Amino acid sequence: MLLLRDAVRFSWHALTANTVRTFLMLLAMSIGVGSVVILTALGEGARNYITNEFSSLGTNLVIVIPGRSETSGGDPATMLGVTERDLTLNDALALTRHPQVQRIAPLNIGGAEISWQGRKREVSIQGTSAEFLKLRHWEMSQGKFLPDTDWQRPKSVCVIGINIRNEIFGAHAALGKWLRIGDRRFRVIGILASEGQSLGIDVSDSVIIPVASAQSLFNVPSLFRIFVEVKTREAIPKVMAFIKNTLRDRHQGEEDVTVITQDAVLATFDRILTALTYAVGGIAAISLAVAGILIMNVMLVTVSQRTSEIGLLKSLGASGKAILKLILIEAVLLSSLGAAFGFALGQAGSWVIRYAFPVLPAYPPTWAMVASLLVALITGILFSLLPAKKAARLNPVDALMRR
Amino acid sequence: MIKLENIHRNFQVGDQTVHALNDITLTINDGEYLSVMGPSGSGKSTLLNLLGLLDQPSSGKYFLNGNDVTELSEDMQASTRNKNIGFVFQVFHLIPRLTAAENIELPLVLAGIDEKIRKQRVSHALESMNLIERAEHKPPQLSGGQRQRVAIARATIMQPSVLLADEPTGNLDQKAGLNVIETLEQLNQHGITLIIVTHDETLGARSTRSIRMLDGRIESDNIASWTG
Repeated sequence: MLLLRDAVRFSWHALTANTVRTFLMLLAMSIGVGSVVILTALGEGARNYITNEFSSLGTNLVIVIPGRSETSGGDPATMLGVTERDLTLNDALALTRHPQVQRIAPLNIGGAEISWQGRKREVSIQGTSAEFLKLRHWEMSQGKFLPDTDWQRPKSVCVIGINIRNEIFGAHAALGKWLRIGDRRFRVIGILASEGQSLGIDVSDSVIIPVASAQSLFNVPSLFRIFVEVKTREAIPKVMAFIKNTLRDRHQGEEDVTVITQDAVLATFDRILTALTYAVGGIAAISLAVAGILIMNVMLVTVSQRTSEIGLLKSLGASGKAILKLILIEAVLLSSLGAAFGFALGQAGSWVIRYAFPVLPAYPPTWAMVASLLVALITGILFSLLPAKKAARLNPVDALMRR
Repeated sequence: MIKLENIHRNFQVGDQTVHALNDITLTINDGEYLSVMGPSGSGKSTLLNLLGLLDQPSSGKYFLNGNDVTELSEDMQASTRNKNIGFVFQVFHLIPRLTAAENIELPLVLAGIDEKIRKQRVSHALESMNLIERAEHKPPQLSGGQRQRVAIARATIMQPSVLLADEPTGNLDQKAGLNVIETLEQLNQHGITLIIVTHDETLGARSTRSIRMLDGRIESDNIASWTG
């Protein structure tokens, strides 16, 4: 019986003797595997990006958004063209009364130009309260966050992100300086240490001021969001009901706010993006199948090119099984090499994506890597079974006659 | 010992049945030097393929060293071919990507023989074929005569009892051809049964027994007087 080691050596010789053919097959296989790895890495990256975005908001969060996401036909208010009521600071204050509410923070968002000694920048301003720091799990690098005072009273203080600090103040100390925001001046009382994105805003590029100041700065009485942190996960439904009831009472019996939990949002995005990852992975897998068919074609050509060699091996005493073994080993060597190259290609591609878009954690998921390698091997073997069987069945007399 | 009993081999060509071998009965003793001659299409190559177990008879029995080899499974026939039969072809049939030594080694590899033993036997064969300096050369770098000597070394590396040669000098010039024939005859003198298919009358005349074939039949079977 032909020893496996010798069979591998023989097949390896056959591969290395025909470099063009081997290179083309490796290319096809590695593009297949590589595209699966890269595309799933992209999908997974998008999923992780969104997940991080939302989970960085905080834990056990309930978010109150003005406006109703559902409409009912018979609502007289809609018929009269009355828009929903704004979410006000008093609404937010009313929500603090529930015992299961750990902390609560209103949020107002607006854009404004900031300047200090001639350095100017357009930034997004977040108006909120002292609780926001803990709610968002932010860290201070210097100074203090907003003071815990009456929400209704404007105060000319601000907390800035690390980027703002570097860009506006440069080498100067920022704490205690008066920063111009729009047409007002605010004293810098703290610098945030945290970085990263959330709600589409880079924390290090933010300026945070008291909510009342933001309302007067942007001249809006309403709030953009109310963030409510619930003490325990189990209490979330109760608190949600409390929020809805309270706000309905305050809004003349009309349910004109949307209350969502961050978990629900996360779960939805997670589902959508996981499906997306599977989908792109599946599309990429088609290229693997194409590579498999290419392997079959090339192996068929190989078998007919090497017909006389196969006939010779038979005349030297190779059984059909031995021929089958040799051709299959050649295919396995090819597809595993191709898979390995494709894997490297995929990893390199993912690295390039991560390098080019640092916010996107484009790491290929383990299942996709394992699956692409397995599919590569299996298609390689499966699609060369037909040519290998053809070779094994060759009549040695006919095979030897052909040159 | 080779014994053929009433061997028929029919081919279907279109709706016609061609009798490539028509009722061949033949006994070849161990160590004989036999030439098979005849015009093209007389069935001599079919006979050789059949003797080499590359082809199956349509009917009749083939005994090799007393065993009925027509009854063997495909795997067993392959193994019998590997151990008992050596082929030498007109076109050499060397694998161009392998070195001379690797080509010679092939039957040992197919038999699953240990690498150490293989190397010993290959170097021994290279030595006896005068090919030592050519061991690491690939076939395209060898002369025709050298290629055929590599093929003979490969055919005999398993120490078979029968050596089948199909026009072994057909692609060689006279000098190289003579050298190859002398090599084959030397092997025969050491006991191997040598069966040569040839068109060449002078080559046929060198053998101790000569068979002439015509239309699938053995026309004459002359055992030449041994002249040495």
